[in-house]
Amino acid sequence: MTAVAVEKSAPQRTGSDAARKKLAWSSARFVLLMFFVLFFVLPIYVLLVTSFKNASETDPSHAWALPSHWSFDGWRTAWDEISPGLANSFKVAVPGALISAVLGSLNGYVLAKWRFPGADVVFTLFLFGMFIPYQAVMIPLVQLFTNLNLSGSLFSLMLAHVVYGIPICTLIMRNYYATIPDELVEASRVDGAGMLRTYWSIIVPNSGPAFAVVIIWQFTSIWNDFLFAVFLTGTNNWTATVHLNNLLGAQTVNFNQPMAGALITSAPTLLIYVLLGRFFMRGMMAGALKG
Amino acid sequence: MRARWTAVVAVAAAGALALSACSSSKSNKPSGTSPGNNTGAVTDSKVEVFSWWTGGGEAAGLQALIADYKKKNPSVDFVNAAVAGGAGTNAKAVLKSRLQANTPPDSFQGHAGAELQDYIKANQVEPLDDFYKQQGLDKAFPQSLIDEISYKGHVYSVPANIHRANVLWFNPQVVQKAGISSPPTSVADFIADLDKVKQTQPDVLPISVGDQWTTEHLWETVMIGDLGADGWNALWKSGANWNDPKVTQAINDFKKIMTYVPSSSYAADWQTASKQVIDGKAAYNVMGDWAAGYFTSSVASGGLAKTAKTDFDWAAAPGTDGIYDWLSDSFTLAKGAPHPSAAKAWLAEIGSKDGQDIFNPIKGSIPARTDEDKSKYPGYLTWALDEWSKDKLVGSFYHGVVANNAWHNDIDNAEGQFLKDWNVSNFQKALVDAAQQDAE
Amino acid sequence: MRHARARNWLPGLLLVAPSIILVAIFVYGLIGWNFKVALSDQHHDYDVGKFVGTENFSNIWDIRVWSSSVKNGLIFTLVFVGGALLLGFFLAFLMDKAIKGEGSFRAVYLFPMAISFVATGVVWKWLMASPHGKDASGLNRLFADLGLGSLQNDWYNSTTWTNMASLALPAVWQMSGYIMALFLAGFRGVPEELREAARVDGANEWKVYRYVVLPQLRPVLLTSVIILGHISLKIFDLVYSINGKSVNTEVPAIFMWQRVYDRGDAAIGATAGAYILLAVAVFVVPYLVWFVRSEKKR
Repeated sequence: MTAVAVEKSAPQRTGSDAARKKLAWSSARFVLLMFFVLFFVLPIYVLLVTSFKNASETDPSHAWALPSHWSFDGWRTAWDEISPGLANSFKVAVPGALISAVLGSLNGYVLAKWRFPGADVVFTLFLFGMFIPYQAVMIPLVQLFTNLNLSGSLFSLMLAHVVYGIPICTLIMRNYYATIPDELVEASRVDGAGMLRTYWSIIVPNSGPAFAVVIIWQFTSIWNDFLFAVFLTGTNNWTATVHLNNLLGAQTVNFNQPMAGALITSAPTLLIYVLLGRFFMRGMMAGALKG
Repeated sequence: MRARWTAVVAVAAAGALALSACSSSKSNKPSGTSPGNNTGAVTDSKVEVFSWWTGGGEAAGLQALIADYKKKNPSVDFVNAAVAGGAGTNAKAVLKSRLQANTPPDSFQGHAGAELQDYIKANQVEPLDDFYKQQGLDKAFPQSLIDEISYKGHVYSVPANIHRANVLWFNPQVVQKAGISSPPTSVADFIADLDKVKQTQPDVLPISVGDQWTTEHLWETVMIGDLGADGWNALWKSGANWNDPKVTQAINDFKKIMTYVPSSSYAADWQTASKQVIDGKAAYNVMGDWAAGYFTSSVASGGLAKTAKTDFDWAAAPGTDGIYDWLSDSFTLAKGAPHPSAAKAWLAEIGSKDGQDIFNPIKGSIPARTDEDKSKYPGYLTWALDEWSKDKLVGSFYHGVVANNAWHNDIDNAEGQFLKDWNVSNFQKALVDAAQQDAE
Repeated sequence: MRHARARNWLPGLLLVAPSIILVAIFVYGLIGWNFKVALSDQHHDYDVGKFVGTENFSNIWDIRVWSSSVKNGLIFTLVFVGGALLLGFFLAFLMDKAIKGEGSFRAVYLFPMAISFVATGVVWKWLMASPHGKDASGLNRLFADLGLGSLQNDWYNSTTWTNMASLALPAVWQMSGYIMALFLAGFRGVPEELREAARVDGANEWKVYRYVVLPQLRPVLLTSVIILGHISLKIFDLVYSINGKSVNTEVPAIFMWQRVYDRGDAAIGATAGAYILLAVAVFVVPYLVWFVRSEKKR
């Protein structure tokens, strides 16, 4: 990611006093930001060094030390365990994130610009639904999918993520679309365009950043989910997080394996952040505030 | 710009639909086999076995068993549905959802004993009395073991192994330095020894513990040490007297022992706690005998590659000499199993002498059968085998033998509270209440 | 909204209909199921589950560990939601004015979000290992080496409220970068003319934020609170992978899990779930309604 320093037209105060003050504040900010970089990076450091240690060194009292023998065994085992799950995770997370974005966009459009009586109630009910206690309802959810003849399939996992992602995607999209001036939509209406035509010609072309936000959010949460994945998939189509958990859950855990596994599992999401991070920020900046 | 975004969305939507269509798979319908009681011919082409063995020795042992099973049943496709999670937490939850949705695996793992009661009462597992007779398992396993895992006179699972919970691990150098010449034989002796370590080596932790369950494990062995085998066994019958002053004594002893390990010294988990003994940072640790596997197995397989008797030593937990506090992983035949004949072949594999001798040396446990090939069990396991053949057997509380799930959960909660307030009478009262509510 | 003709709004409703149907089945259907079980006596897998009224809703409070898990959950929520909002806001505040390397800072702060809670738990379990002094490990060791020995503590093994505050730390670590991004976007969305006008009126920088920028951030705050709140109420993987099922750090989601899956008491588990929903209904729904209303007024 490139460093974008947006130079704003800061008010120019006269006098060297003000300038010195400004410089001091700038340096203080930099120091503080660097301090927080440490806070965010330290745990990653532990993940990384532990993944290269062998069992005799993997315990919390050696957490900061570099490995005395660099060993790739953890990575090898972790890769063998997790790699079959990566493809499954992609098969769920990619379509899941895209479908969520499309549904969120349609809902957000209607709830922001093409409202029907009771739209606010629907919106509120969507948001309230986000708080459903997943742990309590896994049994009926599995039953529901079994009755639909979908149990154990990746499709059921994707469907669950799409459904439970509707509220957040709708929220983000609706807040974003609220920033598009009503006049644009009105003008299109006056020109005789229907709802879908307006959506296609006015809304969608302006939705790029918001799609980036929703797709990244959904991809991340689908990718990192464990609960739905372990209940809704079977042995032959477990996702990466279930495999990661399998490295962790043995009676005796060889800690270099789950640490390496955590890095392997996180790599695709990290890659997405690096590749799409700029769109993500741009999308949030454009969409977080309504005008 | 506009056209590009439209195109991106269109392509994305199409791609999403295509991908989701590919990933939707057919549900696995049970193949139409009759749940006949004959264990003879294997007529199924598949078997799904559900366990929580996903790593380390237990996964390697399972793989070896599967390999042997495949050799004997080449036409059966073996599906190893192993889901990890501390002693099966996640696995049991996933299993429960499948059982309630009527899509059971063919055979699933459970700790032998009272932990299986809920499955039995919910009619989710088949009785295996006839199977035991056919396979001669009723003769192969010790009678007291069969009694303990039977519910209302019927047996519902085949034990694959035996672990011992009441083992005291210690660092020989540290203990010697403290002037202790032989392992403690009673709980009172043990407390005196802990004190000696504290006096002579203030930098060393007299005893190490990990997260909450490891303290429950310790509490269990202190209880057995103070109450004896019969006293302990009696507690798990309905109408038992948990108000007994001996129970109070045991709780006080447990509390006293825990003063040697303040909460600022709790290790992250059982492994770290046991490793403290190896590293000379702690003198003693009470843990099940899976610790021996962790200590001695090779570094490549996640162990510490240490030598028994020199790097570490062990004895029966204080006051429990001659008592075997056992636990066992066992497998059931699910009611409505889609492939019953292949499942029974799996149970036969587990129960057989070959199967037990293949699995246990790798897992680091001993066979539940008594006709094992002794040469396959070196080091600690030799001692365990010897004890198994002569000790009095008591079932483990924490590891699912003596208490049903509700009772277990109530004791977990009482114990957790005790670790916070150290109030002996409240703890005992909670234990009395739990027994009244949950014992049967 | 004025009485619009159906021709105008019906297509909109139809477009949202698939989502409404899915949410009705998978969310409200299951919430309904949850309440049905909560009102039954399904205390074992083998029970039929007769309707028993609201007795579970009062009986659950006799379970000591339920009350302590509620307390733990509240502390966790306060520290996590408050901490992530404050840290996110503070980081955004620091980065609002142009600064060298902004892109890299943002990337680093967002980074933890890419890691699943299961993995986060493993690392933080180590970082927050409780041993002090000579045997200190993890953060305690770091503090000792930096001469900050007095900062050493028992972390999640503490028997005071700091146990839950410790568990909130990794959650703050994971989510505050995202909140930072939301706030930063919010700050940048406030027109510079507005800030300038306030400065001309003699407001200092802090007052500019307090009276000009913050009031514009309500949508950001809504999104943040909802995202953080729903993570907080359902937090399970993280707590579980750090400290297992210890009573000391039990939260409602773990209580629920234990009752339903370890113990087979679906009724009490569902009652716990129902209480979580009721708490949300009492604390979050008024906020939502207020938000939607105040938005319309503008």
